[in-house]
Parts: sequence; structure tokens; C-alpha cells
Amino acid sequence: MQESESSKTEKNTFSSGSLQLPPRQARPDDLVGRGFREAYILHLADTNLILAQRNAEWCGHGPVLEQDIAITNISLDLLGQSRNFYQYAATLINASKIQEDLKAPSPKGEGVGGEVTEDSLAYLRPERAFKNCLLAEQPNGDWGQTILRQFFFSAYQFLLYQKLQTSNDEQLAAIAAKALKEVTYHLRWSSEWVVRLGDGTEESHQRMIKAIDELWRYTGELFIAVDYEVAAGFDISLLKDDWLKKVTAVFEEATLPVPEKVFMQTGGKSGVHTEHLGFILAEMQYLQRAYPNAEW
Amino acid sequence: MVTEPTIATQKIWLILEQVSDPEVPVLTITDLGIVRDVRPLPASPERGGEPGYEIVITPTYTGCPAMDMIAMNIKLALIENGYHKIKITSVLAPAWTTDWMSEDGKKKLKEYGIAPPYSRSGDRSDLVINCPQCNSSNTKCISEFGSTACKALYQCNDCKEPFDYFKCH
Repeated sequence: MQESESSKTEKNTFSSGSLQLPPRQARPDDLVGRGFREAYILHLADTNLILAQRNAEWCGHGPVLEQDIAITNISLDLLGQSRNFYQYAATLINASKIQEDLKAPSPKGEGVGGEVTEDSLAYLRPERAFKNCLLAEQPNGDWGQTILRQFFFSAYQFLLYQKLQTSNDEQLAAIAAKALKEVTYHLRWSSEWVVRLGDGTEESHQRMIKAIDELWRYTGELFIAVDYEVAAGFDISLLKDDWLKKVTAVFEEATLPVPEKVFMQTGGKSGVHTEHLGFILAEMQYLQRAYPNAEW
Repeated sequence: MVTEPTIATQKIWLILEQVSDPEVPVLTITDLGIVRDVRPLPASPERGGEPGYEIVITPTYTGCPAMDMIAMNIKLALIENGYHKIKITSVLAPAWTTDWMSEDGKKKLKEYGIAPPYSRSGDRSDLVINCPQCNSSNTKCISEFGSTACKALYQCNDCKEPFDYFKCH
């Protein structure tokens, strides 16, 4: 952890020590060389993985059996998507020669340099290397807060994948086109639940108000681009209006207020997280770190 | 791009038609449209100088945990039939859709007690789903998510039987 912290700035940009300084304005064909493409795909993978892990915490604890199954189904979809992204990222990283810092630290303690895999990327990277959005790592809270987190995220992911499926990166486009079908369910399901709880009882309404207070501040980050998103050549801030339209429409039906100006927390996408991520990783990575190379 | 079938690849397709889906065993992987192509591979050193076949499959849902098992079952079925040089490739595009499910598959699903996908993908799934037991259209959706990623949970208001609906996807 310390090691990655001290060289954080260096790592966030995945810049290479052995290549010439990258040009200021990245062209698409520079992306692989500069590590931005890998970083971008890792960001997508991490966000999906962390939210999948959070939703999976409900397994066996859902308010009713059907919804327990629903939230864990969503978790499984997100996990599958993260696997596709990690596998793709691993292929790119292994093919490039410059990301030594990302190469898997050998579980036997021989240092870095091995081939990375989807598993090493998920289980052996420290907190500061994770690029997930802050929203994904926020605690489940009550059912309402989990629902609201999923709704905010699905509304964003729906718009994002619509764009990504037209990407000139064919693998990215294929992953997104496939995942979009799944996200359509997630968005419909979570929208219906926001309405049910917001326009439900006094108690459920109050809980949704509290959930909005907790989570709204993490929604701004979704639309504020970091370096690798800028390099991807698509302006993520352009999704914000459509996202807000969707949220406003659902909130209106749910009799919930859309917050006015709120200070927005950022940092997750560049590895600066809330205190919650470390705990998630401690639990999620424990087995691989305690029993290296353990397999099912 | 599907390879033009030859007598040799058609034999492979016939074997694949016998491989059932681990989670919905009444369906075969060809009923589901999981097998996208069968391609002959030329003899090469990596195959011990022998020719082989490439089987191209695609997952139903991204997170479908059955994919590894399906790949293994394909290998086993082909080995049993004397095909040893097999390469299995998984592709994501074009994304799998229930539009690829065979009519025979839909019939088998219904007989098994699972309401088949009723129409083309992209349509809303909250339209009328008929009960696979009594054919009543008086049914309700209990949950959009069921025991596997591909199913939703419904209940018939007439015969009261709960049932799975294979979602249009």
C-alpha cells in the first residue's frame, strides 16, 4: 500500500519511464502506449466489481426472497461485466511492455513481472490502484439506500454503455452492447423501487430522503472526466443532462426532491477513495492474499 | 460470419445438438443459440500435425456461470465421438438474444413448465405472459429476476401456479 501511495501521481497516469514523454494531446493510436486505454478499462472493471461486491452483501439478507434474488442477480451481471473488462485489460497490459507496476506481484514474493490475469487485477491490487467511482463503494445502508445507489448508477451506466457500444474499440463495444441489455433490466427494476419507496409510506419516504442526502454528493464524479477518460476522446460530462432528466422524472413520480447545489466528492476514479473501499478489499482480497493461487 | 456447413461440420453440429444446457437441461445449447459457428482448422504443429475444429460459442448473459461448464460439456461430447483436436472460442458480438432460440426449443420450454420468450427482443416484458400450465393470460410478474439470470418469476392468477418466464432478451 505504501509503495503505491508514494508513487501515486506517476501511477495514475500510467506513464512510462522508458518511453519518450507522451504528447500533450493524446491521439487514439497513442492510448495503448500511454496506458490510458488500460486505465480506462480498469476503471470500468473496478466500478462494476466493487458494486457487484456491495450488492452481493445482500445475499441471504434481502427484505424478501424475490428481492434478495433480484439484487444478487444484478450483482452477478455486474460481476460478469467486470470479468469481461478485466480480461480485456489483462490482454492489453500483457501485450504492452511498459506497465511493470501493474504486472502481477508474484504471490510467492518474487516481486513483479508476471503476466496479469483477471484474478490478479481484482485480488492483488491495492486500494490506491482501484479506479472505481466513489458511488459504487458506498455502504449498503438500508434497502432504500441500496436501491437508490443502484438507480443512480444504472441510469448512468445505461447512458455510458449506449455510447461505448459505438466505440471504435471493437472489444469494448462488444462488451458494452451485451451489457446494455442487462443494464436495461437494472434500470427498470431500480426505478420502480425508487417510486415504490419514495411514494410509499411516510417511513419509506423519509428513508429515501436520507438516502439522497447520503448519496447525491457522489453522483457528480460520474460526469467529471479524469485523464484517461479525456484521452478516450468522449466527453463524459455530456451524459449529465440525460442522467438528470431520468432522475428527475423518476423522482417526480416518487414524490422525492431533486437536490439543488451540493458539493460533489471526487477522487475515486484516480484512486483516492472514501474510507469504505479498504474494508471491501480487505474482505474481498483476503483469501487470495492469505492463500495465494487458491482456486475453486 | 457463419461458416458454410460441410458434411464434416454438419456431423459436429449433430453432436452439439445433443449437449444440454446445465441450468435449463430441457434445452440444448443449439436450441438456445449459444453455438454460433463450427469451423474446420487446418493441420498444425500445435494440434500434433492434425486438423481440428473450432467451436464458437457466445454467453447468454454476461455473468452466466454456466459458460465454463458448457465449454467443458462440448469438449466431452466431441471427445466421446472421436474428435480430439477441439478449440473453443467465446465471442461477445453480436450479443446473444432470445430471437435465436429455436421454435423447437420454445416448445420444449413450455412443456417443461417455463413460459418461453413470447416475442422479439427489445419489446417490453411486462406484456401478457401465458401460464405454461393452464394457458391463462391472467398472470402477474412477481419478480423481474428469477432463479437464473435468464428468467423472471411469474404467478398464474387462475391456477395459482408460480412459474418461470424465460425473458425476452
